[in-house]
Amino acid sequence: MTFRPRALASIALAAAAALGLAACGASPGSQQQPTEDPNALTVYNAQHESLTKEWIEGFTAETGIKVNYRQGSDTEMSNQIIQEGADSPADVFLTENSPAMTQVENAGLFADVAADTAAQVPAEYRPSTNKWTGIAARSTVFVYDKTKLTEDKLPKSLLDLANPEWKGRWAASPSGADFQAIVSALLELKGEAATEAWLTAMKENSKAYKGNSTAMKAVNAGEVEGAVIYHYYYYGDQAKTGENSTNVGTHYFKNQDPGAFVSVSGGGVLKSSKKQEQAQALLKFITGKKGQEVLQKGTSFEYAIASGVPANEKLVPLAELKAPVVDPAKLNSAKVTELMTKAGLL
Amino acid sequence: MDPAPAPAPAASRPGGGLAAPRAARGTRSRPPLGLIAAACLVAAASLVPLGFVVAMTVATGWETAFALILRPRTGELLGNTLALMALTVPLCVLLGVGGAWLVERTALRGHRLWAVVLAAPLAIPAFVNSYAWVSAVPSLEGVLSGTLIATLSYYPLVYIPAAATLARLDPAIEQSGASLGLGPWAVFLRVVLPQLRIAISGGALLVALHLLAEYGAFAMIRFDTFTTAIMEQYRSTFNGAAANMLASVLVAACLALLLVEARVRGSARYARLGSGAQAVPTRLALGTWQAPAQAALGVVAALAVGVPLGIVGRWAAAGGPGVWQTAELGRALGSSLGLGLLGALAATAVAFPIAFLAVRYAGRLSHGLELANYVTSALPGIVVALALVTVSLRSVPGAYQTTGLLVAAYVLLFLPRALVNLRAGLSQAPKELEEAAQALGTPPLLAFTRVTLRLSAPAAAGGAALVFLAVVNELTATLLLSPIGTKTLATEFWSLSSEIDYRGAAPYAILMIALSAPMTYLLFQQSKKAAGQ
Repeated sequence: MTFRPRALASIALAAAAALGLAACGASPGSQQQPTEDPNALTVYNAQHESLTKEWIEGFTAETGIKVNYRQGSDTEMSNQIIQEGADSPADVFLTENSPAMTQVENAGLFADVAADTAAQVPAEYRPSTNKWTGIAARSTVFVYDKTKLTEDKLPKSLLDLANPEWKGRWAASPSGADFQAIVSALLELKGEAATEAWLTAMKENSKAYKGNSTAMKAVNAGEVEGAVIYHYYYYGDQAKTGENSTNVGTHYFKNQDPGAFVSVSGGGVLKSSKKQEQAQALLKFITGKKGQEVLQKGTSFEYAIASGVPANEKLVPLAELKAPVVDPAKLNSAKVTELMTKAGLL
Repeated sequence: MDPAPAPAPAASRPGGGLAAPRAARGTRSRPPLGLIAAACLVAAASLVPLGFVVAMTVATGWETAFALILRPRTGELLGNTLALMALTVPLCVLLGVGGAWLVERTALRGHRLWAVVLAAPLAIPAFVNSYAWVSAVPSLEGVLSGTLIATLSYYPLVYIPAAATLARLDPAIEQSGASLGLGPWAVFLRVVLPQLRIAISGGALLVALHLLAEYGAFAMIRFDTFTTAIMEQYRSTFNGAAANMLASVLVAACLALLLVEARVRGSARYARLGSGAQAVPTRLALGTWQAPAQAALGVVAALAVGVPLGIVGRWAAAGGPGVWQTAELGRALGSSLGLGLLGALAATAVAFPIAFLAVRYAGRLSHGLELANYVTSALPGIVVALALVTVSLRSVPGAYQTTGLLVAAYVLLFLPRALVNLRAGLSQAPKELEEAAQALGTPPLLAFTRVTLRLSAPAAAGGAALVFLAVVNELTATLLLSPIGTKTLATEFWSLSSEIDYRGAAPYAILMIALSAPMTYLLFQQSKKAAGQ
């Protein structure tokens, strides 16, 4: 087999051109040398990348401390941190939901949250153990196709979706940390047997989508009548073009229903971090006024919860959601994965 | 997932041709120990993923393992996977062989152009194809949609070797058949088709392995296979027992495929022996079938190339110049090119001792070494990545989350691409030339460098280019193994399209296609020459 010199030359040329393009495209200073700066923090980020990027940019502008991050999902990263143990490269762990935080806390890997950070966050959004803190919140919502469902036909409770009349009519993203957090609340509120029965019915009744935005898009396109997701996917899409939510209505279960669960996103500093001071500073920034204003004014549409910063004015205020009272420290992610695996949802 | 060199399994199969005459000639001497050690090291490393799967199954304990393997979900996934294969593989064979026959053996107008167009879908990664389709037709889901997308992405894996073989068939055999009273159809079925057996079984094996390994394309259309289910378990539990057990079922499926293919391909040889040159194959006049043939190929090209390119272009246009002007795009391109180059260099370097042993010192040892690498490269990226994550965390913490580990995964997955080419190149640099140089007074090392290395360099570059192509379009292993802060075109594309930011994802898709196009053309050119081996 021979190789054509001409073909080789053209490939080399293409590669060289592409390399040149890459060099031009990357702005100066953005070259990735993650470990060069001894001061730089490493964040394991399971929060939405765009939100964390805004926090990091604000933090670096204020303190000059650089931050690198690894993107993943809640329980993927909590399990990763636990496996890595004392060798974990992570300094700070940020999640979308509480169960993954609890998991790392139970493994004894978090340092205490600094007092000035804790002082910024109301007690209801922090675990009593003070090993991590809430950084934002999000509410469960039932999004539905307004052209097919009227308000009187909506489910009264999350538990109704297990009934046979809902077969094939609703969607969720069972592989996502968000939905698994909702299940963990159900588990905490109604117990293992009820949760297992509900999940088994869910396997029969629901359509599984990958990601909440995809599930909402399916509702909007008329593929399915409703979906259990978090509220901010709706507001985020409305704020952009609204193309995936034109036909979508939002229904909050309220009444302390498991489906009215408000999930607390967490942040914590790893005990094994050699940059405790900088890591604590990042948590303080996120829960501080500037960090929370990113939630209030930015495009994330998650609820601000700390430093007295009100939620984005487009959102239904947290107080009106009548969420069930759940101690974030009691949410059991390992059990949830086990039950969902058993039900064949994972 | 990504295009693979179609002739790879044929040529990399132990015992397959190339080196045999050399060994028979009795020029064999003892290979240098260092060489053997290096080759054995590579082979041992390539067995890490298999060892991981076995070790994990044992460590999980039989009871838990059985409970996790024998649950209804496994049956569901197995059903999905089998249905997908049962539909896609025959369709790919039909499209691939049909297209190849039209292009190579009929008086098809514009057959030179069609020959390239039919291979072009290889330049479009399957997950990009899926993104294009699902963004245009959001209701696509399930096994039929999976079949549609997979067939359009993977039929070239059959088409390329089939076309290459058809172009080289000795027309004398067909003429003998005809003169013995067979009609044109009977000649095709009884003379031509059997000679395509190696091309078809090899191509079909590649299609089936890709179906098992693909993640992105099926995740996008909500079609659950073992690979997507393992990924979901990974996202929920990191490397939990349930993920590992699904991986062991997946590995068993891959090994079963290898065995089935070895059976089907048989041991018959279809090569022209004896003296004389073979005639140029004849082309069948199409007559009134010209228009339907053109239309059929037009439909295939429109669906497999037109739709994805058109839709990606439409999203890019909708996004305006803004989507191109992000620092992320430049950085991802830089990472993809950098990793592609590293992967290509590493794979070529690692392939060298094995190829050298296979060519110069063919024997049981070299066949065994090749087999080890061949089996590993048949394993899906998700299994290799899971194995490397776990092994590095537990045994080599220093390697964990480094570029080196990611490149190691690429080498394990794509080594045969480098190996096949390098082997062919080395066999064109006979030992006698090197010996002649030494006899003329050149020191051994210099003779080796000046003669053998230089003569095999073009083939090595060809293999390296194919590895580069595979790395640029690799998604699954890269998602699991990339070091902190490293994002490639494929992973950035994936995270944007998962958030249904179709406009933002378009530039990444375009860059991946642009990088793949020249490599695909090269692969196509090479296949024409490789078919005879």
